Order: sequence, then structure tokens, then C-alpha cells
Amino acid sequence: MKSLSDLDYSVLQQCMHCGLCLPTCPTYEETQRERHSPRGRIALMRAIADGELAVSQSFGEEMYYCLGCLACTSACPAGVNYAELLETARAEVEQAGVLASPTRSLIRTLTLRVLFTRPRLLRAVGRLLWLWQASGLQALARRAGLMNLLPANLRRLEPQAPTILAKFSHQLIRPVESPASAPLNVGRSMLDVERYPSPAPASPRRVAVLTGCVQDLAFANINRATVDVLLANGCEVHTPPVQPCCGSLHAHNGDHASALALARRQLDLINPADFDAIISNAGGCGSHLRAYGHLLHDDPAYAAKAAAWSAKLRDIHEYLVEINFRAPTQPGGSNPPASGAVSAATATIAATTVTYHESCHLCHGQKVSAQPRAILRALPGVVLNECAESQWCCGSAGIYNITQPETAARLQERKVGHVRASGAQVVATANPGCHLQLQNGLAQSTGPVVTVTHPVILLAQAYAAEK
Amino acid sequence: MSDLIAQLTQRLGTHRVLTAREDILPYGFDGTATLKQLPACVAFPRDAADVSFALKLAGVSATPVVTRGSGTGLSGGSVPLAGSLVLCLVQMNRILEVDTANLTLRAEAGVITQKIYEAADAAGLFYPPDPGSMKISTIGGNVAENSGGLRGLKYGVTRDYVMGLEVVLADGSICWLGSKCVKDVAGYNLRDLFIGSEGTLGVVTQVLLKLLPRPAARQTLLAAFPSMEAAAETVSAIIAARIIPCTLEFIDQTTLRCVEDFAKVGLPRDAAAILLIETDGHPAAVADEAAQTESLCHHHGATSVRRAANATEATQLATARRSAFSALARLRPTTILEDVTVPRSELAGMIRAIGLIAQKHALTIATFGHFGDGNLHPTILTDERDHAEMHRVELAVAEIIAATLERGGTITGEHGVGLAKKPFLRAQLGDASFELLRLVKRALDPDGRLNPGKIFD
Ligand SMILES: Cc1cc2nc3c(=O)[nH]c(=O)nc-3n(C[C@H](O)[C@H](O)[C@H](O)COP(=O)(O)OP(=O)(O)OC[C@H]3O[C@@H](n4cnc5c(N)ncnc54)[C@H](O)[C@@H]3O)c2cc1C
Ligand code: SF4
Ligand code: SF4
Repeated sequence: MKSLSDLDYSVLQQCMHCGLCLPTCPTYEETQRERHSPRGRIALMRAIADGELAVSQSFGEEMYYCLGCLACTSACPAGVNYAELLETARAEVEQAGVLASPTRSLIRTLTLRVLFTRPRLLRAVGRLLWLWQASGLQALARRAGLMNLLPANLRRLEPQAPTILAKFSHQLIRPVESPASAPLNVGRSMLDVERYPSPAPASPRRVAVLTGCVQDLAFANINRATVDVLLANGCEVHTPPVQPCCGSLHAHNGDHASALALARRQLDLINPADFDAIISNAGGCGSHLRAYGHLLHDDPAYAAKAAAWSAKLRDIHEYLVEINFRAPTQPGGSNPPASGAVSAATATIAATTVTYHESCHLCHGQKVSAQPRAILRALPGVVLNECAESQWCCGSAGIYNITQPETAARLQERKVGHVRASGAQVVATANPGCHLQLQNGLAQSTGPVVTVTHPVILLAQAYAAEK
Repeated sequence: MSDLIAQLTQRLGTHRVLTAREDILPYGFDGTATLKQLPACVAFPRDAADVSFALKLAGVSATPVVTRGSGTGLSGGSVPLAGSLVLCLVQMNRILEVDTANLTLRAEAGVITQKIYEAADAAGLFYPPDPGSMKISTIGGNVAENSGGLRGLKYGVTRDYVMGLEVVLADGSICWLGSKCVKDVAGYNLRDLFIGSEGTLGVVTQVLLKLLPRPAARQTLLAAFPSMEAAAETVSAIIAARIIPCTLEFIDQTTLRCVEDFAKVGLPRDAAAILLIETDGHPAAVADEAAQTESLCHHHGATSVRRAANATEATQLATARRSAFSALARLRPTTILEDVTVPRSELAGMIRAIGLIAQKHALTIATFGHFGDGNLHPTILTDERDHAEMHRVELAVAEIIAATLERGGTITGEHGVGLAKKPFLRAQLGDASFELLRLVKRALDPDGRLNPGKIFD
């Protein structure tokens, strides 16, 4: 049970309504209405805690109109913990049931309770989706206009579904890999770890890599690249083949109980004491994973372990910079950043212009902003062209593009416009939701091909080209 | 009232007239601590004609009207009255003209101050007033409060840049006051009457602003001092040396630590006080002034003086300073901010007095402010739920005000009287001046329709 009135009042009171967060809030910018601003939302939450407002449908809708992008937390000098406020408010909305409808409840149960709590089932569903896409059935159905038979909201979503890769993380990554060990033969996208001139410190750093859910299904190659760049920097990499969902999806959508259960499972699987660092490569997951310490702070059995976990959790870029990663000496090879349909036919990345789109939960949630750029700048033959508003939400925002399609589409268009205006051939981003949102947005817009990729893919390719 | 809402809705559309509790609750406060009140309705006019229409309707139903910009005010000026109609001008946000021949800019009242600055900058021009809230405050709010900013010492305040105003009066008539002429003495200067009138005399719907050529060069310095007195003496020395920097900002230790926690720009956490100094103008003059200022700082005991390496670093430092007030909220739940201003020669004494008052009432008071203007923001860090402490806060505020008035100062330098400073206005003005203010109010707004209960009852 998590509710606004039980929340430490100082969290609610922290907002001194100065309004400095308003210009950074995408929903306030869209409507210029206070209730759609951080200050307004916090005022509504406080009114509920104070008993001045009932948890109403309108309040519930407001809490889900918020992108959860956390831009307001970067802007707020007073240090308001908006992330916690929003999670608590959404949990309260779910408990009150003010948004409940049979369809919504079914979808929530299927996704939050069934699919995203069972990693094997999720992979099985992913496999089916892959069959659908890879077998040509999808293309056939689209050509035949069969999609028009779907209800309107599903029809809109269908082309947004991620393109599932042929192999998932556990098929690309062995549970333990060390700089010296031979690579697993997984074909073209596998990078040859054996011949890295690895720095190999006296006692190698031991790290655990978290593979994520969507990342695992749609971007297992990013997980592979993450392992590769860690190996290239002398780390012994542990990647448990079956990992539970981190629970961010649940926490962000008001399912506090599942979030707690999943955090505990994660801690049962990976003991922070065994590792120097626990690595996440997806902005959204990392932001939530970092908060385990707080999430479980009053659970006597897990509090200490969760605190240790939070202390060791690192975003991949952050960690690479922290351990002073080795700058590659060669421009990335002729391997295209094979990260999905759009990129399939791109040319070399030598002398490539790259722009960087910041995942909200990486820059605002985790305050990791300089490090991915440091990595991109270290790539030989890559020129970093900053795009305008790199920290403005792209509209993906978890499942926001499903729940609030109009606003999400406008944000997507705005983002794609800035990416194109930068003139870059490649846009790098470090979150699967953003990745898909950019891919879809770029595909729908006219202009030269722009490839979407993850910074570690580019880094891994540059290391591979040294061979 | 319901008739007013119906007619407004018919004219403006449902999305511009809000009455649902969830919609209007967030308009119940501004940036001032502890004040809140729910209005009956919030409407978003599109132009002066809409405002006029709303004011006429309000006249019929005897509804109080509270004009609002972005609600960042710090004296409770835009806090609604029970049952009132709030006219929120943020959707009147067009810049209408940048006249590079006459160096003027005309804009609707809801334009964000930062956008005015940017539009001028894009034309190679300069709009100097830069309140700490400029990223979100409206130009109409700036005019209504006659806001200052970080550049006040050299460039003055909002009033110094207002050449003309479009104002809607309480009876709904729309008038233009002022012109593009540099000189204009046709009739009383009523334009100036509306500047700083806090929404009590009329609704400003358009502003005509004076612009300056953009200074060719700028240099920002950050000096750290081992004591508040040393910083205060340095300021006197700079001014005595006939240097007028555009910015001369002061931040004490409590404030600078909060700012550094937020902004992480490398402020010296151990300093008792820092001065943020900026000079601008001709490159040679800037270089000369910066060098002189730097040596004056060292001469008066500065432990370090940092020069911003480039424009980005200078902007970072100014942005950090602008966050000072909000950053202080990190320490305690309630931040009560004062805006006292004294003649500059009284600054050191005033700072000492604030220190003693804090001690006497066992309160934490952090101080920062526009030192060059003699404008201090002693900020009491407290908790509104602690009634005993809040009582001590009240006593301390009264004593700070008394200490200010003793020194020939004013209860508010830039935030306005609103609700927060209302109890102290008569003491500062004296009976005759106070009554003169009310006489003006009665003449322009005989029914007390506009923002009643603000400035005075
Ligand atoms: C973090 C922070 C920093 C600040 N720094 C400064 C600073 O450096 N200097 C400074 O002077 N102030 C500062 N302020 C105070 C405040 O931002 C200014 O007073 C600002 O001008 C208010 O603008 P607003 O649009 O938010 O107006 P609001 O708060 O909405 O309204 C302020 C008053 O103006 C009236 N009003 C608003 N618009 C109109 C209009 N169009 N016509 C008639 N009346 C109108 C309202 O009725 C109210 O009385 C700061 C505030 C904050 C929160
Ligand atoms: S959330 Fe922070 S920045 Fe926004 S109004 Fe509250 S205190 Fe100010
Ligand atoms: S999380 Fe994003 S959308 Fe939500 S209030 Fe903060 S800035 Fe606005």
C-alpha cells in the first residue's frame, strides 16, 4: 500500500512553487495549463494528501498525462523528488481504481502481471513476434490490408512494435566471459573478443550486465556490444542468462507490489557483494535500478543488500568513463550498426556525423549526460553534431506512446526535426524506448537515411576494427 | 457568477475557461510561501478585447478579478480571492514587432521574459532586465511588479525600459499610454502609474519596450570572501572607484552551499560569502574594469577570484545565482523571503542587523541579493507546521522591517507589496502618502474590482 497521505510530508512540501521547472516540462509547453505542469501536479498531489481533493478520474488522467520524463527534476533547484511523488500518486490512482475499465485492467494484468514478470514467457512471445515479422507474414498481411481489420488503436500500434532480433541476449552472451576467454560463435554480429589488446589489470574488474526486457528482445546486439566493450577494458563479465524484469515498468505504472517483488528477485539473482559494478545499458531501467536502495529501505531482509546494489549500479557510459576506458585507435569498421530495420543498408561509419539524443531517464533520472558524449567523441572518424533540445523527451516515455498517442506523436515529430536539422547520419541513444521511437519517427518522415544506434555499438565496432 | 462563466465560455471556448477543481487548484498560489486560496474560475484571454469583455462581465456580477502571469510573484500578488475570476495571460504570448530603426520591441503581456531577451539578442540588441525568474516570468508580471534583476546596478529595472503600455481599465476601456518617442510629455505620465501597480489599477495587455545595442564584451568574476563584511566593503570600494559593473550579486555561505548542491558549478563551499560580478561594454573598458575589480577584491581580502573562461561559464554562474532562492528550499520545508532594500552605504550595518535578529529568535536566515542595488533577500528557513517557530518568524520579519526603515530603506525593492508586505506599507509611507495611493486606486477602480485586498485594504 503506497499512498500520498502516507508519504513523508516533507517530500510533498519540498516544492516551494517557484515555477522554475515549468519551461522544461513538455506537457506544460503543449497546453500552458498549470495542472499539466510539475508545479501543478504536485499541488494536486498535495491537495490529496491534505484531504482537499479526492482521488478522481481527472486526477488519475493527469498523473498519466505526465510523461514521467523527469525534466522537472533537473530544473528544480529545491531538489523535489518528483519521481517518487509520481510513482506514489500513480499507485494511489491504481488503488482507487478511478481509471479502471475492463480493457485497461486486462491489458495491465497481461503486461504488468503476466508478461513482464515472466522472462521466459516474454521471450516466447518475442519469438512469436519475430516469426511473424521475419517470416514475411507481417509484410504479407500489411500488403493485403489485413491490418485494417484491427481496431483503430491496435492498428496504430502495430507498426510501432519493435522489430525482434533473431537472437536474444542469452544466445549471444555466455554467463561468464573474461577478456582472455574465447568468444561464443554467434555469427556476424558477434565481435571477436579474443584478439583485443586488453589492458588486463592484475585483478580484473568483475561486473554483472543486466540485459533488460525490450533490450533483450529487440536489441540483444546492444547487450552483446556492452559485454564486448567491457571485455575490451579488462572486465570479467557476468550475464545471468535468465533475468527478471527490473520492475521499472511496474513502478512507473503504479504497480508498487510487483515492483517490490521484482526488485527482490533481482537481488536474489545477483548479489552486489560479488561484483565491482552492476551495469545497465538502458536509461529507463538504470534509473529505476538505482532506486532499489530507496525502494526496499524498510524491508529488513533486503534493505542492506538493496543499498549495496544501488551503490554499485552504473550506467555503462558512466562506468566506462569511471574506469578510464581505452580510446579506440581505428574508425569503426564497415559493419553497419545493425540495430534494426532502418539501419540495414547503411554504409561505413568512418567520418560519420553522429548526434546524441539523451534518454530522459539517463540524463534527468540518472544525471548521466557528459559520459555518452565522451565516448562518442573518443571514436576515431566520428564527428559529434549536437542537435537542439537533446534533453527534450521524444515522446516514447515508457508506454506513453501507447496511452497518449497524440502528444507522443507531436514530441516524436519535434525530436525527429531536430535530429534531421543537425545533419547527422547517425543518432545515438541509450534507451530501447527512445531507440524505437526515433526509428519509427525517422522512418515516417522524409529525408536522408538516419541510422539509430547505441553509443556502445559504435564503440564496440571501433574496437573490433582494430583487429 | 454562473452567468459570467457561461458567457466567457461562449466567447473563449471551454478549453479557455476552467472551473473544475482539478483545473483551478493549481492557480491557488504563486511563488510566495504559505498563501493560498481557490478562485471560482480561471480564464485565458487571447487579446485586449477578451480582457475588456471579461472585465465588463465582472462588473455586472460584481466579481473580483485577479490578473495572473506565470504566478512566480513573491508577495502574493496573483494569489486569488475566494470566488474571484483569474485572468491568466500566458496565452497572449506573441512578440508583435522588433523595430531595429527605433530600437523598440512590442509584445503581448504574456510573453516570457527570456523570449523577449532572445528576440532582442537575435537582432543584435539587448533587453537588460533579467529577474531570477526570467525563464518563466511574463513581461506583464515584470511590468506589474516593476521587477529588477541581476543587471540593475548599471541598467536599472523594468520601468527604465517601458516606453508604452496597452492597458484595459476596470470598466473595460482599452487605452494606450506612451509612445515610441524618446521624449513625450503630452499629459500626465500615466504609463508610469501602471508600472508596479500589481494588477490593482488595470490589466496590461501589451508592452512597448526600449532596447539597447548589445554590449560588445562581457567579463564575469566570482570572488570568495572570508567574511560578509569583507564582501560588503569590497562592494563599497568598487563603487567608490567609479566602477559600475552591470552585476554585483552577493550570496552568503548557507545560500551558496545550497546553490552548489543544485548547480554544481564549483562554488567555493568554504567561503563565508561570494560576489558575482559582471562588467560589460567596450572590450577595452571591460578588460580594464575587470582587472581593477579583481585587484580591489584581492585588496579587501578575497581568498580567490575566478574569471569565467567563456560565455558558457558566465551563463552557468548567472543561472546558478538565479536559482538561489529556490535552492534554499532544500534545507527546510518553508522559505520566507524578504526583499528589504537600503541605501548602499547602509548595507554592512543591515547585514549585521539581520544576523543579530536571526540569533535572537533562534532562526536560520540565509541572505543573498542584489548588493549593487542595496537590495537584500534575507530568507528565513522554517516549517509552516511548527507554530511556535512561525511565531518567532513573524517577530523576526517585523524587526527586519523596522531595521530597514530606520536606515531609510524600503520594505520591498522589487517583489511588490501584494499580501505579504501589506501590514508594513503605512509605516513606511506615512499617512498622507498612503491615503494618496488609495485615492488613485478609488479614482481608477471605484468598485474595487481589480485585485482587491492587495497592496492595501
Ligand atoms: C526563483 C524566483 C526568482 C525571482 N527573481 C526575481 C528577481 O530577481 N527580481 C524581481 O524583481 N523579481 C523576482 N522574482 C519575482 C517574480 O518572478 C516577479 O515579480 C515577476 O515579475 C512575476 O511575473 P509573473 O508573470 O510570474 O507574474 P505573477 O506572479 O503572475 O503576477 C505578479 C503580479 O502582477 C500582476 N500581473 C501579472 N500580469 C499582469 C498584467 N498583464 N497586467 C496587470 N497585472 C499583472 C498580478 O496580479 C500580480 O499582482 C523571482 C521569483 C522567483 C520564483
Ligand atoms: S518542482 Fe521545484 S522548480 Fe518546480 S515549482 Fe516546485 S520547487 Fe519550483
Ligand atoms: S516528468 Fe516530465 S511531463 Fe511530468 S511533470 Fe516532470 S517535466 Fe512534466
